[in-house]
Amino acid sequence: MQEITRDTLISRAKELLASGEVDRVYGWKRGEFCYDVTPALFTDAESLEKDFEWGDFCGANLSKYLVEETRKSEGKILVFMKPCDTYSFNQLLTEHRFDREKVYVIGTPCAGMLDPKRIRDHAESFTSVVSDENGVTVSTLFDGDVKLDRSEVMPDRCLNCKSKKHVAYDELFGEDGGTIASGRFDEVEKIEKMTPDERFEFWRGELSRCIRCNACRDVCPACTCEKCVFDNPNSGVENKAAENSFEEQMFHIIRAFHVAGRCTDCGECSRVCPQQIPLHLLNRKFIKDIDGFYGEYQAGAEVGSRAPLVDYTTEDIEPSDAVKGGDENA
Amino acid sequence: MQRIGVFVCHCGTNIAGTVDVAAVSEALKNEPGVVYSTNYQYMCSQAGQDIIKNAIAEHGLTGIVVCSCSPRMHEATFRKTAAAAGLNSYMVEIANIREQCSWVHKDMKTGTEKAIILGKAAVAKVNLNAPLTPGESPVTKRALVIGGGIAGIQTALDIADAGFPVDIVETKPTIGGKMAQLDKTFPTLDCAACILTPKMVDVAQNDKIRIFSYSEVTDVKGFVGNFDVTIKRRARYVKEDVCTGCGACTEKCPQKKIPNEFNLGMDNRRAIYIPFAQAVPKVATIDLDHCNMLKNGKCGVCAKVCAAGAIDYNAKDEYIEEKYGAIVAATGFNPISMDKFDEFAYSQSKDVITSLEFERLTNAAGPTGGKLLRPSDGEHPRTIVFVQCVGSRCDSCAQKGKEYCSKICCMYTAKHAMLTRDKYPDTDVYVFYIDVRTPGKNFDEFYRRAVEEYGVHYIKGMVGKVSPEGGKLMVQASDLIDNKQLRIEADLVVLAAAIEPDRSARPLATMLTASMDTNDFFTEAHPKLRPVESPTAGVFLSGTCQGPKDIPETVAQAGAAASKVIGLLAKDKLMGNPCVAHSDENMCNGCSTCENVCPYGAITYEEKEFRMPDRTTRIRRVARVNEAVCQGCGCCTVACMSGAMNLKGFKNEQILAEVDAICR
Repeated sequence: MQEITRDTLISRAKELLASGEVDRVYGWKRGEFCYDVTPALFTDAESLEKDFEWGDFCGANLSKYLVEETRKSEGKILVFMKPCDTYSFNQLLTEHRFDREKVYVIGTPCAGMLDPKRIRDHAESFTSVVSDENGVTVSTLFDGDVKLDRSEVMPDRCLNCKSKKHVAYDELFGEDGGTIASGRFDEVEKIEKMTPDERFEFWRGELSRCIRCNACRDVCPACTCEKCVFDNPNSGVENKAAENSFEEQMFHIIRAFHVAGRCTDCGECSRVCPQQIPLHLLNRKFIKDIDGFYGEYQAGAEVGSRAPLVDYTTEDIEPSDAVKGGDENA
Repeated sequence: MQRIGVFVCHCGTNIAGTVDVAAVSEALKNEPGVVYSTNYQYMCSQAGQDIIKNAIAEHGLTGIVVCSCSPRMHEATFRKTAAAAGLNSYMVEIANIREQCSWVHKDMKTGTEKAIILGKAAVAKVNLNAPLTPGESPVTKRALVIGGGIAGIQTALDIADAGFPVDIVETKPTIGGKMAQLDKTFPTLDCAACILTPKMVDVAQNDKIRIFSYSEVTDVKGFVGNFDVTIKRRARYVKEDVCTGCGACTEKCPQKKIPNEFNLGMDNRRAIYIPFAQAVPKVATIDLDHCNMLKNGKCGVCAKVCAAGAIDYNAKDEYIEEKYGAIVAATGFNPISMDKFDEFAYSQSKDVITSLEFERLTNAAGPTGGKLLRPSDGEHPRTIVFVQCVGSRCDSCAQKGKEYCSKICCMYTAKHAMLTRDKYPDTDVYVFYIDVRTPGKNFDEFYRRAVEEYGVHYIKGMVGKVSPEGGKLMVQASDLIDNKQLRIEADLVVLAAAIEPDRSARPLATMLTASMDTNDFFTEAHPKLRPVESPTAGVFLSGTCQGPKDIPETVAQAGAAASKVIGLLAKDKLMGNPCVAHSDENMCNGCSTCENVCPYGAITYEEKEFRMPDRTTRIRRVARVNEAVCQGCGCCTVACMSGAMNLKGFKNEQILAEVDAICR
């Protein structure tokens, strides 16, 4: 897909390992299928050559893994980051979740990832995917090759990409882009236009599919609590099996509140949801409201920035006006 | 398991009239943990408190719930009762079944149902209460008075008199405030300057008092007994300690056409100026906006004529930080703008003036040397119309003016009318009023003298329109008693403009976390019983920043605020509030969210070593609450994602238990 190839990344990683600059590499590893790519840690050149993956399915945001990994030793970790991942990276630094000195960031370019679910809509039983600037060619078991437009098979978060700019890196591969005026709030606006009853039904419908696998929480780079309230018996909200269907909705609402002002809109929650619940819409509603009430704010754009919700200024909107604003959207 | 006692108060018929108190105590008997439940006519009385004490001893109670009035009223009383019976004070919860229940409901059935629910919530909370012990904090023995008008001056003098150092911060170049602009004062008609300026001199000469004039408070941190305040001293480009106040510079400055604020723009001052002859401190100030030297680097006349060498064009704003034990707000008032009252032609004619402008016109140190002359042509006005309640007692729907009575206008208008008739008996004086309000010692006698001895025409009714016509002012008004329309050809119209709190009060209240009412007057801790204290501990109120008042009332309140400050500063230590935040370091992420939201700067971080289950150690950043600084506001507990931060006495679990009990 990009002019930067898998080999470019591997050879640079090997150099840094050999020089002793870093002693571990965080990247991605291919699983059984081409789209089955997971985050992986490499410690030597051999395993890099063998398993390191770089391509259209390396969507996973690696920043969260650094919280645990940096604690394991004093050595430095090389990590590859797409533009959107760097926002999460900065947000974690803002919250003092790891030591910047222990990480070496290589910024990698991104033309948008591919969504296996969407490919499957066009091409059943696909085995491999080749993409270039002309589009995506999907090989299938039974239907031969299928040519597709890239925009047809990108996930929503990439279609509405907010930035091609790396906000953190030690070294950059390819050319840096800028922020993009995306239509990421279009869906939110649609939901805002619903009547309260319609909206309640919409979310009840979506959230009723939740199987409480916790994947959204586990993958979320804003969810790095030492002990999550949902795992803490003293919190009063901890329970593995829901007593009634409303509790699943509470889980997602509480989570949305906990990441409000901190969510960088990386879209990992919706990517990993096995039930395809559009969880990112809850977060985007918060982002949209914060932008509207306090002026545009992008979590993670700058290390050390104070989110409006935890930063008082005398110009802040009066609570009564904020409620009124909510009413207009109700 | 707790052993809880429930005590339901009748408050005479205050509660019992709308709430079936026996049913409440009966229903709460069955709540988890409750071993004893009773009701009594006045729980706060000695006999009522004895019932509680005896029950604690007899039933071995570990916690009590009193269903009574607001905790603001008697929580402290019942905590003392519990402590006297050997129970920790913080094992007491109040269910407010008066203000939140009997007083707002009319129906016995509804009132009783709600009282039971509120009682259940309190019981659910006590079940999770734990004994708490307050800490102690020291007291910085210095007071800050914000505002240097008569209120601030009197408060500062009284505090200094008791031996405590006081600082006055005043935004203007001099102290004195509004009183310095007044001519005579009602009802005794002594001259304002004659009684105020000696006090200003006392302030200047008192070695316990420092004056920060031309300064403002920009930041307040800390809490009662331990405030950290940042004061911005605006550059006045004149060295305060060198300037002798000789005034040579103010006569030679070539910038002559700057409206003089002290005379409300009715004459001019120079770019370097001393507001008035008795200013304290008596030093010159350069007006940055109009000084040619500061703007363009061309001039320098004042530096040439200053024999003392006090001019410093390179002066910069300075910030000083100081610690205080108590803060007094004395920010005062201003007349409201007349922009929205165009029917009185204030913007169209120079001869329509406000009462404060009238004060300057009759003041010997004013723009006319005390001669009452029309601003337009300098002629003696023969007919003067005073209009009362301009912007006071307005309809809330009118979207202009204030709903409240400004209180001082009736008396000063009577004074103006009387003095005019006394000095210029050939003048016809009319006063239009809604009501004449003259409660106060010798006030009504004063008003009657104006009417009966001085022949002022008091007419009940409002002025509808003032229109300038051929050098005169046509006043259209209604006389409600004679039920007729009047047209008066006046030479001068004086508007008794409503007064409003100074604009600096609102941001100051935010800095002090002191509450305000909708009109931006500071709210007192209790309207009757604690009238000079703000609900924020350590913050006191003096003068018109709390509500409209005249000079005697202001001085009385200033003295009362001073006595409260002295009472505080006389203590060596203050008992803290044990309901402070506490961080569970095992759950803390060290993310700094709590630090960001803490208004008191009570949270710091430390690197701490933790032993992990696999016997390794890990160093983590964790929050630490300074309990002496924490005020227990709870911001951190709601901002903390992991729930590591909790407020003692109001733990998340306790609040949720209350909510659960209400929803059950």
